[in-house]
Amino acid sequence: MRIPKLPESTHLFLHDAGEMSRFAARFFWEGLRPRYEVREFFHQCFIIGYRSMPLAGLTAFIMGLVLTMQLHPTMVYYGVEAQIPAMVGIAIVREIGPIMTALIFAGKIGSSIGAELGSMKVTEQIDAMEVSGTNPFKYLVVTRTLACMLMLPVLVVISDGISLYGSYLGVNLYEKMSFDLFFKNIFDYLFFIDVTPAVVKTFFFGFAVGIIGCYKGYYSRKGTEGVGRSANSAVVVSSVMIFILDLIAVQITDLL
Amino acid sequence: MKELSKKRKVDIVIENLCIAFGDNVVLDHFNLELFRGESLVVMGRSGSGKSVLIKCIIGLLRPDRGKIHVFGKNVLSLNTSALDAIRMKVGFLFQSNALYDSMTVRDNLEFPLRRRTFRLSQTEVNDMVMEALHNVGLEHTVDMMPSELSGGMRKRIALARTLILKPEIILYDEPTTGLDAVTSLEIISLMKKIQEKYKTSSIIITHDMKCVQLAAHRVIMLINGRCYAEGVYDTLSQNQDENIRQFFQ
Repeated sequence: MRIPKLPESTHLFLHDAGEMSRFAARFFWEGLRPRYEVREFFHQCFIIGYRSMPLAGLTAFIMGLVLTMQLHPTMVYYGVEAQIPAMVGIAIVREIGPIMTALIFAGKIGSSIGAELGSMKVTEQIDAMEVSGTNPFKYLVVTRTLACMLMLPVLVVISDGISLYGSYLGVNLYEKMSFDLFFKNIFDYLFFIDVTPAVVKTFFFGFAVGIIGCYKGYYSRKGTEGVGRSANSAVVVSSVMIFILDLIAVQITDLL
Repeated sequence: MKELSKKRKVDIVIENLCIAFGDNVVLDHFNLELFRGESLVVMGRSGSGKSVLIKCIIGLLRPDRGKIHVFGKNVLSLNTSALDAIRMKVGFLFQSNALYDSMTVRDNLEFPLRRRTFRLSQTEVNDMVMEALHNVGLEHTVDMMPSELSGGMRKRIALARTLILKPEIILYDEPTTGLDAVTSLEIISLMKKIQEKYKTSSIIITHDMKCVQLAAHRVIMLINGRCYAEGVYDTLSQNQDENIRQFFQ
């Protein structure tokens, strides 16, 4: 029986998906075996986590404020404005906080990893690293991906806090509500089952951003044009992957 | 040449090396010997497989067939740690210099030292860094970033990084490409000085005739993936073969 030939774009997509899966498998294989690049890992945690904080914090603050301002008229119309803190709290902690922070993270860190590794590839710095007795996969890929996995959940938790503070200020634009009452209202409706899956899924978002950024950069081709393409495609693919993972996470959470 | 090879120690032996990228055959049963203390220039047109050859020697590319013996060991059958031990004795100067642009000159030079040698004190590391920089005459750049250096300075820093582990063989990938005539001459004289000082063997990949004339003990012409001609510069430059003459015109 003759097997029909796949269209070129499908063939390329499947090839890329296969290569990326192999790359991800190599991450676990190399990550578990010594030598462990502890110093570089902490250095990357600083760059990826600490330096992303201002951007993630600012967007989270604006998001909390704007969400509250947008909700307020409708909630007043239905006479349930007292429920704004609970509603905003659940929306931010369960969904909007992790997704928005992960997308900002993909834009900032995914593109920077893709461009950095891509530029190292085309200027032979990765080869130079290998020649000087360093496993470039461990030094560059494992450290960056692990740092993304660890730092994104931390950023999400901090961003959620900042976002809720923005919401508190948003509520106080319309009516006087104390800080204690606002947060008591939130925590009355927010349970452990809301927080845990939301934080756990961000480990996977971090993994996706890290591994896709590294893959795109590590296999960058065609000189400086290829570097730009790697950075761009790292952001696009990891953003789409964040939504797919989120969809899966929601399905799993519903089963629990 | 065969008489000579019986008397002198051989650092690198390549036998029947074949490598192709898709349908493009780059090296086709290529053979080479590098003698101890020798400067061997491999010439050829762009895309003829010169850089591929030295990347195979250092284990960055894996050939389809053939053998590569470095210090008597076949690099194609070595595990990672054994290959790393060989790489410690072989320096590689990349065409693009491959300096780590996020690190200072000091960090660039310390990087291979820290990865290879674990028992060095900070004072010893500093001394080795400054000695390597002294060899290339750029001690004052120690705390500068690669982006602050000129092309010639970057090349010399890359050479200093190559030298820091005191390699016995140095592989130069187009060391004068992209440099002006004066800077090229400086780099060539630096390569000769290093060769005399440390008694290194070297393979120089180039199509810069000045570099061939000044640095080569022996020249190999790589055409169509094979060793087309071999000899000293003066002999080859007198050769009437059209393929060889075009390089010397």
